[in-house]
Amino acid sequence: MHSGYLDDLGTVLGQYDVLAAFWVNIQLTVYAGIIALVLGTLLALMRISPVPSLRWAGSTYVTLLRNTPLTIIIVFFVLGMWGQLGFTLGPDFPTNFFRLSVLGLAVYHAAFVCEAIRSGVNTVPRGQAEAARAIGLGFWPTARLVILPQAFRGAVAPLGNVLIALIKNSTVAAAGSVAEASGLMREMIENSSSVILGIFLVFALGFVVIVVPVGLATTALSRRWAVAR
Amino acid sequence: MRRGLLAPALLAAGALALGGCSSDDDSSSDDNSSGGSGKIRIGIKFDQPGLGFQDGSSYTGFDVDVATYVAGKLGYDEGDIEFVQSPSAQRESMLSGGQVDMIFATYSITDDRKKVVSFAGPYFVAGQDLLVAADDTSITGPEDLEGKNLCSVTGSTSAQRIKDDYAQGTQLLEQPGYSECVTALVAGQVDAVTTDDIILAGLASLPANKGKVKVVGNPFSEENYGVGLPKDSDKCEDINTAIKAMIDDGTWQELLDKNVGASGYKANEELNPPTPAACS
Amino acid sequence: MSDVLFDAPGPRGRRRMVWINIAATLVVAGIGVFVLLRLAEKGQLAASLWKPFVQASTWTDYLLPGLKGTLEAAALSIVAAGIFGLVFGLGRLSRSRTVRFVAGLVVEFFRAVPVLLMMIFFYLGLNQLKLVSPQDVPLVAVVAGLTLYNGSVFAELVRSGVHNLPRGQREAAYAVGLRRGQSLRAIEVPQALIAMLPAIASQLVVILKDTALGYIVTYPELLDAARRVGAGNGNILQSLVVAALIFIVINYALTRLASLLARRLGGRTAGRTSAAAPALTVDVGRG
Repeated sequence: MHSGYLDDLGTVLGQYDVLAAFWVNIQLTVYAGIIALVLGTLLALMRISPVPSLRWAGSTYVTLLRNTPLTIIIVFFVLGMWGQLGFTLGPDFPTNFFRLSVLGLAVYHAAFVCEAIRSGVNTVPRGQAEAARAIGLGFWPTARLVILPQAFRGAVAPLGNVLIALIKNSTVAAAGSVAEASGLMREMIENSSSVILGIFLVFALGFVVIVVPVGLATTALSRRWAVAR
Repeated sequence: MRRGLLAPALLAAGALALGGCSSDDDSSSDDNSSGGSGKIRIGIKFDQPGLGFQDGSSYTGFDVDVATYVAGKLGYDEGDIEFVQSPSAQRESMLSGGQVDMIFATYSITDDRKKVVSFAGPYFVAGQDLLVAADDTSITGPEDLEGKNLCSVTGSTSAQRIKDDYAQGTQLLEQPGYSECVTALVAGQVDAVTTDDIILAGLASLPANKGKVKVVGNPFSEENYGVGLPKDSDKCEDINTAIKAMIDDGTWQELLDKNVGASGYKANEELNPPTPAACS
Repeated sequence: MSDVLFDAPGPRGRRRMVWINIAATLVVAGIGVFVLLRLAEKGQLAASLWKPFVQASTWTDYLLPGLKGTLEAAALSIVAAGIFGLVFGLGRLSRSRTVRFVAGLVVEFFRAVPVLLMMIFFYLGLNQLKLVSPQDVPLVAVVAGLTLYNGSVFAELVRSGVHNLPRGQREAAYAVGLRRGQSLRAIEVPQALIAMLPAIASQLVVILKDTALGYIVTYPELLDAARRVGAGNGNILQSLVVAALIFIVINYALTRLASLLARRLGGRTAGRTSAAAPALTVDVGRG
């Protein structure tokens, strides 16, 4: 790469607010991540609960949501939930579509959070649950006091992977009329096609810079929090 | 160092595998010579009802019919025509790469594009317009969109033009395609859809949308739809002669009515039918 | 596990369960009825909007060719990603520090970049470069994006597969006089690959779902076909529902296949086979 190319790239980057676009992806990730964690934990509880109908509802949810392309889910939220059912989440269009996309991302990733927590539950030895029952604890105290605390620690690594997937999948919110990084990249390339490789690398490295620390942090956490057995 | 060679080698192998797989679908595209062979490949849109639409195994729309007429005048029967999908982003590369002989795909003639490809025509002058609910009388032009909700396709410049030039307080919904926009319009969640008038008329002519939406009919830009040709093409004069003949013998009007007339849309008469520009 | 979390319910527990069952059913049915009523109010349940899906031409002209496009892109991607994964997975196991470093860099980079970003880049870039025929550009862009991401996932699977084999396997190989390369080729990688198979089948689900991003780069796959059905009939929502159902059915079948494979292959490797083994946790689905 000669300096002329870098100058051109610099000029192009100066014309757009790339950081603002990435900030949208980060916000999408944070909000959707929190909702997905709550919803996914609830689903995991349903799937290990004694009530057959709740178990069935939990596993049906996971089967349906996990096997549908995210693009379709996001379009459903915007065109279906809002367009047809009149489900409005914000005073103006940008807020509304942002929140609808957050919900779409959240319900999709909740299915994966549920599976991650279930795999965490599987790391808890049977004896723990048996001991809890032996001292007279019912389902809810057993889950809350004995199983879940250990399950979450065992689920840190898979939950970290869900978070990484969520960060990358936040680009699909473009299908929900949200102006974020992938849309901006496309616009920039179409307007300045001579520096296409440079533009791509800037955006790709942007994601690397966000994703890699998250990966390192969750790996470290999962080692530190691992329950010694 | 070994690794350094591997990635390119792998990519090359992948490209070979891909080439091998796709070539049996369109064996004719391997032969890049155009004309004279008795076959002609024409690029159209596959997803725009009323203009260029793949309807099962056949193709319908104004662009398709005009292309068939012009090809007929150039000496090609309907059976000699092979229609190829030409998405907007690929039109120039398909022409210069020789994958199509000409393109009829809502292709506006612009100076930028003229640097890479040649144009015959125009055969139609479209203009940016609005599609609104059939019973909506409050919107007659882009200025009325202040405080209203507008839908357009992701990354299109037409919605931005409205925000910049006419109504800053317009709220914008961006969808992957115009059919999604029409769905939101019919449901009452947006007040208008914007793009070229004839594309809107094509959408409004669909049986499912009939009576629900209408084209406002107050175009506020000028898009000259031309026939895209490779830079060195010698067909321009012949195509222009064919377009003139089509307009003079009434076929042009007939094709327009047949494809987008059901919506009640009338082409802008000040500019239509156009006179083909001189070939360069 | 779930069966030991709670006691078999007694009479009171069973009564309570009946009530919870009823309440849960009411909640789910209530949401369903509300949605259906609102849709009916907006005319979205009209039979005419669903009728295209019982006509043969909708399937033979749109959905089945679209499905073929989806499967074609997925098949090419899985083969290419398999090769990519094997090469870079072995690269990460190499003795040479440089090779390990470069392979690690490549794998980590492509795991971190959104597939959508890669597809858009290849689509716009290949149109400029004219390396492949313009008609093939969408397919190549889709396959390239899917290969680089999923190939990196496979590389990780190869590496962790070899790491997860019992040490005795390699020690035994050395003991009979095999060198490290021979041990990898003849003993470790084959077993790691068998252990990987179920995870690969699961990864197919991810690849199939991700081909749906291809419509953004005009690749004629299932979602694109469904959208065209919707454009022609004015029933885009109904078309998307049908497309989603097709995806769900195929992916569900693949998931079942993966766990079946995991059970049947268990005896053929010293590694652990599982459709949802730790190795698979790197896969969490994408768009």
